[in-house]
Amino acid sequence: MASSFSIKHQPGFTAIAATCFIVLYLPIVVLVVYAFNAATSTSEWGGFSLKWFQSAWQNTQVIDATLRSFQIGAIAATLATIAATMAALATTRTAAYPGLTFKYAAINQPLMVPEIVTGVALLIFFSRVKIFTGYSGLGYLIAAHTAFCIPFAYLPIRARLENMDLTLERAAADLYATPWRTFRRITLPLLWPGILAGLMLAFVISLDDVVITEFVKSGGQDTLPTYMLGQIRRGITPEINAISTVFLLLSVAIVTLFFLISRKRD
Amino acid sequence: MGYCVPEQSGRNAIEVRGVRKVFGSGESQVAALDTVSVPIRENEFFTLLGPSGCGKTTLLRLIAGFDFPSAGEILLYGDDIAPLPPFKRPVNTVFQSYALFPHMTVAQNIGFGLEMLGKPKAEIKARVDAMLKLVKMEALAGRRTSQISGGQQQRVALARALAPQPKVLLLDEPLSALDYKLRKEMQIELKRLQHETGITFIFVTHDQEEALTMSDRIAVMSSGKILQVGSPWDIYDKPAERFVADFIGETNFLTAAITGMGNGKARATLKSGATIDATVAEGFQPKDNATVVVRPEHAKLTKGKGDLTGTVENVVYFGTDTHIHVQLDSGEAFTVRQQNTRSAGCGFERGDKVGISIGNDAAQVLRD
Repeated sequence: MASSFSIKHQPGFTAIAATCFIVLYLPIVVLVVYAFNAATSTSEWGGFSLKWFQSAWQNTQVIDATLRSFQIGAIAATLATIAATMAALATTRTAAYPGLTFKYAAINQPLMVPEIVTGVALLIFFSRVKIFTGYSGLGYLIAAHTAFCIPFAYLPIRARLENMDLTLERAAADLYATPWRTFRRITLPLLWPGILAGLMLAFVISLDDVVITEFVKSGGQDTLPTYMLGQIRRGITPEINAISTVFLLLSVAIVTLFFLISRKRD
Repeated sequence: MGYCVPEQSGRNAIEVRGVRKVFGSGESQVAALDTVSVPIRENEFFTLLGPSGCGKTTLLRLIAGFDFPSAGEILLYGDDIAPLPPFKRPVNTVFQSYALFPHMTVAQNIGFGLEMLGKPKAEIKARVDAMLKLVKMEALAGRRTSQISGGQQQRVALARALAPQPKVLLLDEPLSALDYKLRKEMQIELKRLQHETGITFIFVTHDQEEALTMSDRIAVMSSGKILQVGSPWDIYDKPAERFVADFIGETNFLTAAITGMGNGKARATLKSGATIDATVAEGFQPKDNATVVVRPEHAKLTKGKGDLTGTVENVVYFGTDTHIHVQLDSGEAFTVRQQNTRSAGCGFERGDKVGISIGNDAAQVLRD
């Protein structure tokens, strides 16, 4: 059946697709494989071993950085999701007005401004604040992560709101529900999958961030990614592979979980 | 003319007084409702009928409270409810899309209004059960609304709106999403529900047949105005304006000279020279040339002479009846509808010279 033309079947497409997948996944496969290397090298195979996982587990710096990552991620993602939910409600539950597009752009600004610019700007700004207040805790990192996580939480929530039938809220009001009870009983339950999706996405983004964190963190405030970056500068051992492997599994698990939840809720 | 209008208490459930609704501002202002006034009686099935964009849904939304009038009052048993938000009005709505809450069961949907009113649990349960029985949905109480058919969703939407025992029930084209047979069934069902609950129904539709078969009274709307309010019989047989006559059913328009008035009737001389008696629309201002309407089934076709004469142009068979299109000698077009009998054909053919006689009570003079 070679007669009919199909955009799906073009010479070379298969090869291009295969190349893309190989470039994308082969390095990850190699990284994971060498996490189980018994030797100290990340390029020469010396037999199977779990010792690098064990050594990472016993490395208090790794554990510290991981816990810090999770702490920042959890707080920042929660704050970002709350802010994003309010922003999404405000930008969808309204008739279009001049300036609304500008507000979308302002909310999504962290997606467009290069991270390095935000990083430098925050470094300068926060150093002034530090001098002024004397506070040098995790608050700066949490604030920075919250800010750049907002658009990631905002997008799925807004998508969900835009697909929601407005007459449902009208029907609730018609059935004697005050605006607050309409929100609690109708809008929020229907919005919940979007909010969860936003929360998970924000959490993963926060967990993964290097550039802004590197600029904003004070001494002893390494997150897992910045710790790994620091280690690589000093020479690589398969311990980094082991940490990366665990990190990868965690990310995949979170994304899968959020996918399952949002699918079930639909 | 035996149209039976049910007994009314004479009290008004809703009184719309001088309501205007303007959308937009400045140059681009559009009046969706242009100073509308209409009383709606207690316990009546009242229909707002008109084409899309005539303002019928806008008026319904103003009564429900989803929008607020630019001017005027909406009285509910004498109290102005126009400024109140929807959740403070004892009025419930059946939405065109049903708007059932997808995350709740059928029973939870029906109980929602009562729950928001803070009724005790036992009372809610009893009332929900009674409502489920009323719309014959007892077996599906625990289902999600996505697991039931369109007709069933329609019933749940009705039960949900009726459960809090509103003073007035608003229905926004609730049957338009149903197929023909189901729609016919629901029309009868709606009449039964209205009769059993004794609640005033305000029904919005663009379907003239639906309006005629279901309503106690109909308000025909066009371009933000109410043109005529009356019983289905009034609206169909005594249309006041050309738009009403044209929108509802099929009709023939004839130009006539009014040569005499008296006793609520006019002497109208048609272009053919024949003079007939015709009823006169309310608000008719005497003038030389008026429009007279005659329904196709109220005229009789003969082989001989009649009030009008012409030539048969076309014969269209419709099963129950036959439409015979006649080109009148005066240049106007006229259609006669003739009931079919089983044994004989209609008796007329294309090209036949025919006469048309108009009965004594068949013609109405329009006011415009």
